[in-house]
Amino acid sequence: MAEGKRTYLDFEKSVATLETKIDELSAAARDAGATSINAELGALRDKAAKELARLYSKLDAWQKTQVARHPDRPHFRDFAAGLLTDWVELSGDRNFGDDQAILGGMGRFRGRPVLLMGHEKGRNTQERLRHNFGMAMPEGYRKAIRLMDLAERFNMPVITLVDTAGAFPGLSAEERGQAEAIARSTERCLTLGTPLVSVIVGEGGSGGAIALAAANKVVMMEHAIYSVISPEGCASILWRDPARARDAAEAMKVTAQDLLPMRVIDAIAPEPLGGAHRDAKTAIANVGAAIAQNLKQLNGMDARALRMQRRERFLAIGRTGLESSSGDATTSRSGKNRQVEIQIAE
Amino acid sequence: MNWISDITPPGMKKLFQRQEEQKPAPVKPEPPARRKPQPGKGDDTLWVKCPETGELLYKPDLERDLWVTPTGFHMRIGPQQRFKILLDDNAEGTDNGQGNWEEVPLPPVVLDPLKFKDDKKYTDRIKAARAKTGREDSMAIAVGKVGGVDSVIIAQDFEFMGGSLGMAAGEAFVKAAEIAVERRAALICIPASGGARMQEGVLSLMQMPRTTLAVDMVREAGLPYVVVLTDPTTGGVTASYAMLGDIHIAEPNALIGFAGPRVIEQTIRQKLPEGFQRAEYLRDKGMVDMVVDRRDLRRQLALVLQLLMNRRAIDPASRKQKEA
Repeated sequence: MAEGKRTYLDFEKSVATLETKIDELSAAARDAGATSINAELGALRDKAAKELARLYSKLDAWQKTQVARHPDRPHFRDFAAGLLTDWVELSGDRNFGDDQAILGGMGRFRGRPVLLMGHEKGRNTQERLRHNFGMAMPEGYRKAIRLMDLAERFNMPVITLVDTAGAFPGLSAEERGQAEAIARSTERCLTLGTPLVSVIVGEGGSGGAIALAAANKVVMMEHAIYSVISPEGCASILWRDPARARDAAEAMKVTAQDLLPMRVIDAIAPEPLGGAHRDAKTAIANVGAAIAQNLKQLNGMDARALRMQRRERFLAIGRTGLESSSGDATTSRSGKNRQVEIQIAE
Repeated sequence: MNWISDITPPGMKKLFQRQEEQKPAPVKPEPPARRKPQPGKGDDTLWVKCPETGELLYKPDLERDLWVTPTGFHMRIGPQQRFKILLDDNAEGTDNGQGNWEEVPLPPVVLDPLKFKDDKKYTDRIKAARAKTGREDSMAIAVGKVGGVDSVIIAQDFEFMGGSLGMAAGEAFVKAAEIAVERRAALICIPASGGARMQEGVLSLMQMPRTTLAVDMVREAGLPYVVVLTDPTTGGVTASYAMLGDIHIAEPNALIGFAGPRVIEQTIRQKLPEGFQRAEYLRDKGMVDMVVDRRDLRRQLALVLQLLMNRRAIDPASRKQKEA
């Protein structure tokens, strides 16, 4: 996000070269005050923008995985600050501890009190350690359950932001019942008596993601990924070679554009050109618009209707919108739908 | 026509009619372990190598002991054996020869929607697993009674692609829950699975909320949902329906966890303590109600169900008298 210190992904080399040149030239232009450089600069900027548009119009699943994990991508705290007013963060599962991998609290979303929670990966090394890279422990999921209980009691809609490689696979997590915590959190999402909208903002990894994403409406950011196992994990199991993560990402169909026609997700929130990390403010605003639109669709539904909608939504997945491998290909290729505004599967 | 036609409600009849119309392929008994012919030791089909000690065990003895070895090691078994062990067997007078219970065919699902291919096509892997196990997918459903209590058992077959949870297994679980609610029966789940089926991508992940919803249907109906955890139960299966039971029973030494031990060792770069993620460990950590020897499982499960459903145990002696 900080100008000049941009982190480039490996497929962005051409843009990196152009932008480095632009930086050098603009520095030179400042020093010399030469106006002749400005014309050249304009042309270069144009070229860089075109190149960026070209690259981002046809990202493959692995490139999207890299974008979804980009260190400058907006995280939970950025969304909380950008989407809510009167933010009050809440801590702890009231049982064991406070897991900083899942943050949550209350605030006003467009004036209405809501409960917002989600994974936080952290931005620098210190933060990443504190947030355990967004990989939650059982107490994180139990904190989520506690917050959903609270939201239900005070009739607040719940918004969850999913950004995790998965639940933490460690000894203490197992000891405290990681599997049970995830199962109960998923169950709590499904039984919640107030509207629940989930947004996959980065990585939606496995059970650690679904524990917060068994929602009435599931939105994905344009370059987010959602998968049953990380591409590396899948590759190391299938080919015993994590280096084949690109193949695994492609085969598993992890992109928003793949999952919309399968009805796993309901909408895609567009990202600014070059990914959310280039313009976090616009990205967050787009997510806000998608949340508002989806919450609106749940207006007037009582607790029973909301539960039934969730039940029908998830039971329908796989029963419609799919074709067996003997049929024709149905899923759209990545990138095809990118120019469309927020899309709603109907 | 058989007994089940007479007692099932109209909706259920259709279900079983389908089975009558197109008899499913005969289910082969699963080999409990890889057997190697032992020259000089007699017919190899009579001898089974113990997976724990390597010792050769006499198969008829093992069968009698429900595939528990003399050292108490619980060998992996498939759904067919599970049904036989747990469901009431009033074989006399029934025509299917397998007791007073019946397997329900799995509901159909879309096959290979992702057109997934690694070294092999996913469809080829499915074909191979079907040929190996004689099953459509990794789940099997049976309807019968346990200790006189109407029950639906859904058991996972580890031999079918590691018992992995995909769309077929998830849909089967939903079906089993629906049958339980319709029949006012208890739902008993016997997981044996490495977790989600990667070849179905996020659609396999979706089976976690889908099966969770199914558990909630059973809960809402006020019916018991009992999980019998067996070796191994890991990943997305543990993190959904396997950990949502009203009662959790585990077989001795069964591996039960979220992450597999190898993944954890790689993460923490430490050797794991002895007994970690085993049934007894989970009981000690508060995740499992009881660890029950397979040879006592039928009795214990019946007791639990009779208490939860407030049914009196049937005294076999009094029944015999009545029949006479």
